[in-house]
Amino acid sequence: MRTGPLVIVGAGQGGFQAAMSLRQEGYAGPITLIGAEPGLPYQRPPLSKAYLKTGEAEKLTLRPQAVFDAKGITLRMGTRVTAIDRAARQLCIGDERLDYETLILATGTRNLRPPLPGVERALDLRTLPDATALRAALERPRRIAVVGGGFIGLEFAAVAASLGHRVSLAEAAPRLMARAVSAEMSERFRLLHETLGTELFLGKGATEVTEGGLVLADGTRLAADLVLLAAGVRPNVELAEAAGLAVDNGIVVDAGLRTSDPHIFALGDCAAFPEAGSGARVRLESVQAATDHARAIARTIVRGDATPYAAVPWFWSDQHDAKLQIAGLARPGDDSLVLDSGAVLRFRGDRLSAVETVNDARTHMQARRLLAQGADATRDSLRERNYDLTAA
Amino acid sequence: MPRLTFVEHDGTETTLEAATGDSVMETAVAGGLDGIVAECGGSMMCATCHCYVDDAWIERTGTRSESEDDMLESAVCEVRPTSRLSCQIVLTPELDGLVVHLPEAQV
Repeated sequence: MRTGPLVIVGAGQGGFQAAMSLRQEGYAGPITLIGAEPGLPYQRPPLSKAYLKTGEAEKLTLRPQAVFDAKGITLRMGTRVTAIDRAARQLCIGDERLDYETLILATGTRNLRPPLPGVERALDLRTLPDATALRAALERPRRIAVVGGGFIGLEFAAVAASLGHRVSLAEAAPRLMARAVSAEMSERFRLLHETLGTELFLGKGATEVTEGGLVLADGTRLAADLVLLAAGVRPNVELAEAAGLAVDNGIVVDAGLRTSDPHIFALGDCAAFPEAGSGARVRLESVQAATDHARAIARTIVRGDATPYAAVPWFWSDQHDAKLQIAGLARPGDDSLVLDSGAVLRFRGDRLSAVETVNDARTHMQARRLLAQGADATRDSLRERNYDLTAA
Repeated sequence: MPRLTFVEHDGTETTLEAATGDSVMETAVAGGLDGIVAECGGSMMCATCHCYVDDAWIERTGTRSESEDDMLESAVCEVRPTSRLSCQIVLTPELDGLVVHLPEAQV
């Protein structure tokens, strides 16, 4: 095992988990965790859910400072890495140079800000300061327009509507969460949000943010005194790219999550990794990918474990009283089969690719185990056992 | 302020001051306890905050819900009748003195 300085760039869920897992596995060298945001590493998922309602920022903190101290993990928060000098194995932080033997890139993503006129008027929801600003804005009655009908836009819309605000939401795609779920599940959530009083504009991209609100592609004007931009994210690949690492919709890594430089790994939202089975390169934006990548990298570094990464992806989204859970990873064109229970099975060719459920933890967990087994999750075998997902 | 005692797998006992309304998981995380991972932050998407409620307390904490039961199937350590997801036990003044035991591993 190497025991030289190990540096992690990015102190979100994945970077944090990498530091913790390395110590748990027994990594003996110094570990430095560098984060661009100030303050202790924190969880992002609640920012568009519980935090918007409660405002309890202290509950977002992943671990108190004492834990990092006790584990010998040096935190350098509010710090921006400016370059990677691969030849010298050093990070540049302004004028400072920091040695590494092993480097883990956990740089995450940033919000996509499309070049719309007036887009600077729109707020984001990615960081704690973003969420704090939104919470403050929700203290008095508002007309709110949301750009983007993905998880973040819809979670925010659900909270805002339940607090009594007037909410409209524009999505350029013809259905909600089109990248993540089946058309049937999109429809179920369309009905939910309409029941909550949210006005949905599907297939209508935003073209301008004005003082009065939002203008859509067909000329529709949505009156709003608060516009939230939730139109997706971009991976933070600039550091890697400038250092000459392979980049293609994320930092390209192999099945061991190593970049094109054997001393450098990448994980989580910023990493484009080969999907188990298909080998297709995918990039996932989820707590699951961040933490499972982190643990796999720690095992590789400490134990030399060379098992190809193959964890089953899972996702969740809380929207009003509906907890959407997805096990597996479907492509937008995969077939869907809706079961009587409301669960949606997705198939790519003959094979089960994903299972979407709402408020049905049992089926979700069965699906995770079944997909982990892989072997018998075919269309025919599932039909034969009447779509009982219990793993054999 | 309810007091809460965690007994780790190796027998180490840690007593923490908790706030009414917080969960057992939140108390453990804020107290820096290693035996609770809480990967999903209390969203009931994992079973990495698994604990065993001490026999003397099981009637007061109540037993697990159906969803909790489903998630616990993915716990890496043995699930017992006293198993709970610690994110689902919310502290009340009546739980002052609560003792929970932590499994050997969460992941």
